Amino acid sequence: MKLSRQQVQHIALLARLGLTEAEIEKFQLQLSNILENFEILQQVDTTNVPPTTQVISLSNVFREDITEDSYSPEEILANSPLQEDNCFKVRAVLEES
Amino acid sequence: MSKLCELTAHEAHQLLKERKISSLELTKATLMRLDKVETKLHACVTINSESALRQAAEADKYMKKGYIHPLTGIPALIKDNMCTKGLRTTCSSKILENFLPPYDATVVTKLKAVKAVIIGKTNMDEFAMGSSTENSAFFPTKNPWDLARVPGGSSGGSATAVAADETLYALGSDTGGSIRQPAGFCNVVGLKPTYGRVSRFGLVAFASSLDQIGPITKDVTDCALVLNTIAGYDPKDSTSIPYPIPDYTKALVSDIKNLRIGIPKEYFVEGMQAEVRAILISAINKLQELGAKIDWEVSLPYTKYALAVYYILAPSEASANLARYDGVKYGFSYQETSNMWEAMEKTKQFGFGVEVKRRIMLGTYALSAGYYDAYYLKAQKVRTLIRWEFDKAFEKYDALVTLTSPTVPFKIGEKIEDPLQMYLSDVCTIPVNIAGIPTISIPAGFVDNLPVGIQIMGKPLSEETLLRIAFAYEQATDWHKRKPPL
Repeated sequence: MKLSRQQVQHIALLARLGLTEAEIEKFQLQLSNILENFEILQQVDTTNVPPTTQVISLSNVFREDITEDSYSPEEILANSPLQEDNCFKVRAVLEES
Repeated sequence: MSKLCELTAHEAHQLLKERKISSLELTKATLMRLDKVETKLHACVTINSESALRQAAEADKYMKKGYIHPLTGIPALIKDNMCTKGLRTTCSSKILENFLPPYDATVVTKLKAVKAVIIGKTNMDEFAMGSSTENSAFFPTKNPWDLARVPGGSSGGSATAVAADETLYALGSDTGGSIRQPAGFCNVVGLKPTYGRVSRFGLVAFASSLDQIGPITKDVTDCALVLNTIAGYDPKDSTSIPYPIPDYTKALVSDIKNLRIGIPKEYFVEGMQAEVRAILISAINKLQELGAKIDWEVSLPYTKYALAVYYILAPSEASANLARYDGVKYGFSYQETSNMWEAMEKTKQFGFGVEVKRRIMLGTYALSAGYYDAYYLKAQKVRTLIRWEFDKAFEKYDALVTLTSPTVPFKIGEKIEDPLQMYLSDVCTIPVNIAGIPTISIPAGFVDNLPVGIQIMGKPLSEETLLRIAFAYEQATDWHKRKPPL
């Protein structure tokens, strides 16, 4: 299966991943090659086979809803590039029109 | 007495217990060794000398009071994808170059609780994506047996450091072979425990359903000691298994009489080097001599689909996990724009290396509308078939034995431009993560002075059986005692 240039750009947009021209070209070729190798899975009959999402037989792991000490805002914000009033500062999501 | 840095952890423990050495002496000797060989090897991203000496002095004080645990006062290195409070944790990525975790990973908490001495953080393929440690954003690590070759990956820094006596032991993580393959390439012992046996809390996530932390050590005894210390249920990791941990050192008995060992023929892959294959055969013969019952006719036909399953599932999980690096909460952040989307795209563009980008692309594609069923869901179903096949095999066999890697360590630069060739080097290790089973890699011989490892696989929570076989083999051979010429 050969990926088109538009497909590569579309995937990058879905991932919000910026790519250079050179990377787009390289990935178009490499990802096509890799995906072609995955075609082998289509040979396998998986009728009535359930998917595995995790390998241990635990489900619905709950704990008591008790309050515990947590981190201070200072500790949590210490690695953030922009902050204001003990909050992460983000750019405007909605632009004024 | 041999040089202190050359000791195994259990040998050092004995000397500490008898008060023949102090942790400070041991730590200084290890730091001196690091200082001497690190410029050649580049195994570490961060060396924590001052703090290491402080930790050693504390450990000495603690031991004076009469407390001692097998890892007390013993120097350790941690792969740089496990959070260490206040100590830079980079994942060998530009995007986390200056990240100072506000907390310790559970495994680090456990080591600190017994007063282990954490001397630094080891190099790795960026976000553990790779098989050679060439994908580190900082520098490649060199194989101590041949500086022109890779140490394997992604825990290449940890394996190199242990092989070169830069530490007494190290922690690695294994998503598709990242503990075992470098252990095999560097002539050390590496264990990937059962999925859920060791807490993943504080391990920077790559592929959450496959990742597992484990020991990289100089011998099997140390492997059991480190596993004793890091294993166990953790309420902070909802996928950790709530079963009690046995004392793994009890498994270190040199008796494998009548254990049933299967040799799956699908692991004799195309491209397997003849001399490497010969080492596997003689290792199996040795196990037979020691009393194991060998069956050469085991077949696991779904093995050939494992690589495709892995390279769909791991990038899919990775693409979801890595979406968090948006430049807002921590990590590198592109600032030269007021547009939110552009900031996010450029943050990832400049923060991630090419292999990480490739996997984000692959995973995003496999999860995208129209392709989810054909790739992701199909891979999850084939994953079930691979697990069932292992389950069935382990009804008949106590363990399966294969090579860890079908070749000796390859040259630096040899595969880096061809991702598919690089992915193929994980062909023996990957099925294990897909099934979530435990597997140990141990030294088994040399081809032209390059190490070869074999791996012993077992059913879930059979670490004791694996350690027992590995220990019996180690007692009967001395590959693990060979040191690289540095």
